[in-house]
Amino acid sequence: MIRDLALQGAQMLFVLGLAPLLTGFVRKVKARLLRRRGPPLLQPYRDLARLLRKEVVLADGASWLFRVIPYIVFAGTWVAASLVPTFGSGLLFSWSADLIAIIALLGSARFFLALAGLDVGTAFGGIGSSREVMIASLAEPAMLMIVFTLALIAGSTQLSTMAAYMVSAAVGLRVSLGLALLALIMVAIAENARIPVDNPATHLELTMVHEAMVLEYSGRHLALIDLSSELKLLLYVSVIACLFVPWGIVPPGADAQAIAVGLACYLGKLAAGGVLLAVFETSIAKMRVFRVPAFLGAALMLGLLATLLLFVSGSL
Amino acid sequence: MMTVYALAGVAVLLALAPIALAFAASARATDAVYGVALVTTSALCVIAMASLFERPAVVSTAVLPIGLPWLGAHFRIDALAAFFLVVVNLGGVAASLFALGYGRHEELPQRVLPFYPAYLAAMNLVVMADDAFSFLVAWEFMSLTSWALVIAHHRDAGNIRAGYIYLLMAGFGTFAMLLAFGLLAGDNGNYAFDTIRAARPAGGLAALVLILTLIGAGSKAGVVPLHAWLPLAHPAAPSHVSALMSGVMTKVAVYGFVRVVFDLLGAPDWWWSMVVLAVGGVTAVMGVLYALMQHDLKRLLAYHTVENIGIIYIGLGLALAFKAHGMAVAAALALSAALFHVFNHSVFKSLLFFGAGAVLNATGERDMEHLGGLIHRMPQTAFVFLVGCAAISALPPLNGFVSEWLTFQAILLSPQLPSWGLKFLVPAVGALLALSAALAAACFVKAFGVSFLGRARTPQAANAQETDSNSLAAMYFLAALCLVAGVLPGIFIDALAPVTHALVGTSMPHQSGLDWLTVVPIAQSRSSYNGLLVFLFVTLSGSIAAFAIHRLASDRLRRGPAWDCGYPDPSPATQYTASSFAQPIRRVYGTTVFRAREIGEMPPPGSTAPARLTVILHDLIWDAGYAPIAAFIGYAADRLNVLQFLTIRRYLTLVFAALVLLLLVLAIWQ
Repeated sequence: MIRDLALQGAQMLFVLGLAPLLTGFVRKVKARLLRRRGPPLLQPYRDLARLLRKEVVLADGASWLFRVIPYIVFAGTWVAASLVPTFGSGLLFSWSADLIAIIALLGSARFFLALAGLDVGTAFGGIGSSREVMIASLAEPAMLMIVFTLALIAGSTQLSTMAAYMVSAAVGLRVSLGLALLALIMVAIAENARIPVDNPATHLELTMVHEAMVLEYSGRHLALIDLSSELKLLLYVSVIACLFVPWGIVPPGADAQAIAVGLACYLGKLAAGGVLLAVFETSIAKMRVFRVPAFLGAALMLGLLATLLLFVSGSL
Repeated sequence: MMTVYALAGVAVLLALAPIALAFAASARATDAVYGVALVTTSALCVIAMASLFERPAVVSTAVLPIGLPWLGAHFRIDALAAFFLVVVNLGGVAASLFALGYGRHEELPQRVLPFYPAYLAAMNLVVMADDAFSFLVAWEFMSLTSWALVIAHHRDAGNIRAGYIYLLMAGFGTFAMLLAFGLLAGDNGNYAFDTIRAARPAGGLAALVLILTLIGAGSKAGVVPLHAWLPLAHPAAPSHVSALMSGVMTKVAVYGFVRVVFDLLGAPDWWWSMVVLAVGGVTAVMGVLYALMQHDLKRLLAYHTVENIGIIYIGLGLALAFKAHGMAVAAALALSAALFHVFNHSVFKSLLFFGAGAVLNATGERDMEHLGGLIHRMPQTAFVFLVGCAAISALPPLNGFVSEWLTFQAILLSPQLPSWGLKFLVPAVGALLALSAALAAACFVKAFGVSFLGRARTPQAANAQETDSNSLAAMYFLAALCLVAGVLPGIFIDALAPVTHALVGTSMPHQSGLDWLTVVPIAQSRSSYNGLLVFLFVTLSGSIAAFAIHRLASDRLRRGPAWDCGYPDPSPATQYTASSFAQPIRRVYGTTVFRAREIGEMPPPGSTAPARLTVILHDLIWDAGYAPIAAFIGYAADRLNVLQFLTIRRYLTLVFAALVLLLLVLAIWQ
């Protein structure tokens, strides 16, 4: 019991500590691909530390909700991220929320962040919120269709059970899994505000979504929101890793050596995911906002098609 | 015995109505009526809960010597009725408490007070009725009293039209129910539900009853395309009545559907579920899309009722499908999900309508484009309204999420259904459900963000005052229920066990004894959800973050003007409005669903005239369904008008011809 609790706690701190590193890594790889030297790997940590030390400049019209929301967003994202199997499955509290609940927790975080965009009553916040909910209105159903597909294959919506099933021989190569993977990558790109849907590096540009929404935040509030975005990126890479490359995940009750191997595997997967994301982002241009519905609509249709295939035949 | 007690409570409410009529002019009448209604509905709620939680489940009946002479009026409280009595009277308690504060601002109390207790009594009677005659009389009484409340503010533009359309649709719905019960009663006129259960119709007759019930109860519940009256009538009534109509009366309609289809009709055919599922899916998505296009706060909420009714019908459709194929455990899961959503929706929709009522009282405005910044002036109302918004958007750890989660779990069991039609329909319905959930969240970001956040758009909004303590108490009560039902759903699911046991033959596994109060619909390895732990985790990690940051990092704060990329505009008109917030979604979905078009008019260069943007939306359901029927009736009435001015000779001829015709028909029929 104590050991399980310690493992669960370690997982929570682990994702929290690792998330900025992944973002720094993606930025570094992107810079190298553009033949720039790029900021150091640890720059996100430095940014967070600097933001945490600074005072908050709060807009005159901001309400109490505006000051509470960063904590809500951070808490929701952190809990969601710590319920996803990273190096080991079957953690103590992993059964308290299944994949649908994890998606819904992220949905809660987004709900409140979109409210924060409207709180000060500026045009930029409004444009960000309004576009964010439009993107979410397509990304969330697409994600749920993907969850349906995976749950129908694995016979469960619990991520630990799904990961265990995916690593077993019973799963095999399936058309529906391929479709689900494609759709999941598309949704992950949109949810994390990456190119081509949104650009995490821009400011002062009318096409931005996420950055416009959080424009009025500063200091520790901004640090929490940035950390939440980094956690979310880590979460999506972890979900993809634990469902589609589940090798090396440590089952519950493993010894220290197995856990070390699991950790190494997980870090390797994260690095691979980061490199792929950077390569993809470098090789594609950002699309116009009203092309995004077509992009996410395609993800939704792929997810629906995969689900339909499974309803028609369990072996597809 | 319980039924007798409950009938006594209903009698108190009925007696209250004429008394209220007599004393409505007096200043104390408002407090007295709502106070008595509060006490009576509380008592009824306790009676209903006692029947629901009694183990083993008991059925109590009573017969009163009124109504049809050879039949009498039968009343019965079984598990299903007890559950819906809880929903009705919990709504009644909250609405009466709210009205103790809100009702004091009523300008025309004599048009509201007499009908309010009668309306509550009618809803109780529908749920308790155990024969077709009492059921229909109570049903129609419920329609009429609520109609009277809809047109209480008869001088406001549009309310009379809303009442007129409501009355027409209510009459139409009752007519369909009348036919359904006529078919159920058979040739011998077995109007008592017991005799109907003993001789259940089968085959085509049963299917016809299903369709008629879907139309009759569905028009009251607001399923698309029979929803047209709902977004007009619900907002027109005073807000506590709006809450009852949206939160409770639609549930009474769902009760009518469940009672007929699951109880009186017996074993379903497999294709029934397809009709119900398709109707549910379309209703859910259309309801939320309509809601997104609204900027009247109460009308937006009314359209969301349509959406949630769709979600409930999806659950009921799944339960029918599983029941038809003998998958009792799955049917129990789907039915529990639907009934839990019935309860949840009644709670958060009442809460939201109360919030809208408080805003209406404070500002005199329902139009969100004239609100804004209310969180500064009405912080408590804003907080409880936010809880309601989060609950209806299905955000964990609140209650809306649990019932939608259970519905999703039921959908995940459906590949085992053997029929091909369902194999294609169920995933599509699942996608529609997911879409409606995501759009609902978008819509409530809009509703809360535009009304309560930002800067005040009008002086009324800038000078609003916090609402009174009674109204706040009612809202806090419901907000707490949202949290309790979300965090401890096992208790509520266990309470539904006798209901599902009676209707589909089994119930979900017992939840209360599980570790940490987890919800496990089928098996732990398959899926589980623990609202309590999620709530604790989120609260804990948020508190830890706040503590750590304030202790270890900076807690300094400075107020300054908004940044807005360096160009903040002092005018509140530069904020996003409800229409502009919905513009991206309107562009994505509205171009097909509403044939939305935007016409931008730019003045010529050098002119100082303002640029204009006009948005044109078409309600295709109204245009294609209701408008032609109305046009035809108008045309037919014009043509038949000549019959009003005939001589007595001609009238006699007409009567004679009709008689001959009827005799001929009878002769051929025999």
